[in-house]
Amino acid sequence: MRELNVARITEAVKDLSIRTNLYLPDDVKKALQSSLEKEESPLGREILQVILDNHDIAEREKMPICQDTGVAIVFLEVGQEVHLIGGALDDAVNEGVRQGYKEAYLRKSMVADPVIKRKNTGDNTPAIIYTRIVPGEKVKIVFAPKGGGAENMSEVRMMTAADGIEGVKNFVVDRVSRSGGNPCPPIVIGVGLGGSFERCAMLAKEALMRTIGEPNPDPVYDEVEKDLLRRINNLGIGPQGLGGRTTALAVHIKMVPCHIASMPVAVNIQCHVSRHGETII
Amino acid sequence: MKTVELRTPLDDKQIANLESGDKVFLSGEIYTARDAAHKKLVALIEEGKDLPFDLQGAIIYYVGPAPSKPGQVMNSAGPTTSYRMDPFAPLLHERGLKGTIGKGPRSMKVRDSMVKNGCVYFAAVGGAAAGIASTVKEAKVIAYDELGPEAIRRLVVERMPLFVVNDTGGNDLFEAGVAEYRCEE
Repeated sequence: MRELNVARITEAVKDLSIRTNLYLPDDVKKALQSSLEKEESPLGREILQVILDNHDIAEREKMPICQDTGVAIVFLEVGQEVHLIGGALDDAVNEGVRQGYKEAYLRKSMVADPVIKRKNTGDNTPAIIYTRIVPGEKVKIVFAPKGGGAENMSEVRMMTAADGIEGVKNFVVDRVSRSGGNPCPPIVIGVGLGGSFERCAMLAKEALMRTIGEPNPDPVYDEVEKDLLRRINNLGIGPQGLGGRTTALAVHIKMVPCHIASMPVAVNIQCHVSRHGETII
Repeated sequence: MKTVELRTPLDDKQIANLESGDKVFLSGEIYTARDAAHKKLVALIEEGKDLPFDLQGAIIYYVGPAPSKPGQVMNSAGPTTSYRMDPFAPLLHERGLKGTIGKGPRSMKVRDSMVKNGCVYFAAVGGAAAGIASTVKEAKVIAYDELGPEAIRRLVVERMPLFVVNDTGGNDLFEAGVAEYRCEE
């Protein structure tokens, strides 16, 4: 049994919240750079260049890439040989979010009551925390700030076996088509297949964490991803929705088994500021 | 399509000269407002009360900036998605608002309102927030400080880069752009 003080988790979450909001992962930068080379629309190219220049400004000035520094999505994998001491795990994560968002002047975007009062909590907490117990004696933290504009374009649909893979593809393409310029394209699309109503939504979010350019481990679904990407980029939505060839940088599918009566499908949309980072303690 | 240097306050002739697809560098005074502030503004109008700023000829930027660091005029401040303000826009157009800045398309109702009231809608590049902040030269909260990022701010901008999406003639750059690059399967 390894003893681990949750203060270490607070520190890691704080660092991740700052780092992910200021610096974009290399795979996302590379995908944007290569889309600039392929984009046919002059306006689309101009927009992609503005987006790329903005990364440099953010890094240099230590400013968030986007003012929407998101809801703090935190995936924790806690080794079953770890004994956490020094306080409650969720409190430690929230404290890390509180400190990081304050110290780096990141925007606080959470309202306490989602419908009636909608009063800002003032410190970007609570984080949305998903904890899994896994073998081992380490703690893995994945931190993903998720902006509201793209999240709003996401959807879960309970489809049936009769809909088949074509039905899934049509749903994903239609969801992107209806989103147009709203989610800040070029986007990344996470698709969750199977499980249950809530599990497939989780899968779609997890799929967004995959490195762009890494193939799907299942060759059949890898082909589905490629076909979806081609169809989505043929929609003509383009950078910011103002027309062009670059609507999406990647489509990532994640799947799990499901009930014989069900075929849950979730589409989670991610803007071009596709932020995520991880730390292993 | 042309490149236009604009300085507020804008008169009707300047607005009418703008065409969908034009690139604009906007300078002068604009106001920020997003979801919560719009609810409050419309409530004030319905109650017949004065607004915190004069809508006549005004431009509203849909933005909730990151908090400024000490000594910094404006932290990252890119546009938010505009459709959420669609329910409020026609009433504000009727009361003198001349332009809005955001990202993403507007509803047919808002587009009709722009034609009827001689207004335009500009797109700023979403997510390019640190770059946009450098065009903001002055910023002051003028109402609803308690809303934090959603407070109404008076900004003075210098050559803020924008694209005209909807002009007073009813054209829409989203529709035109997508139609040009769409490939039928």
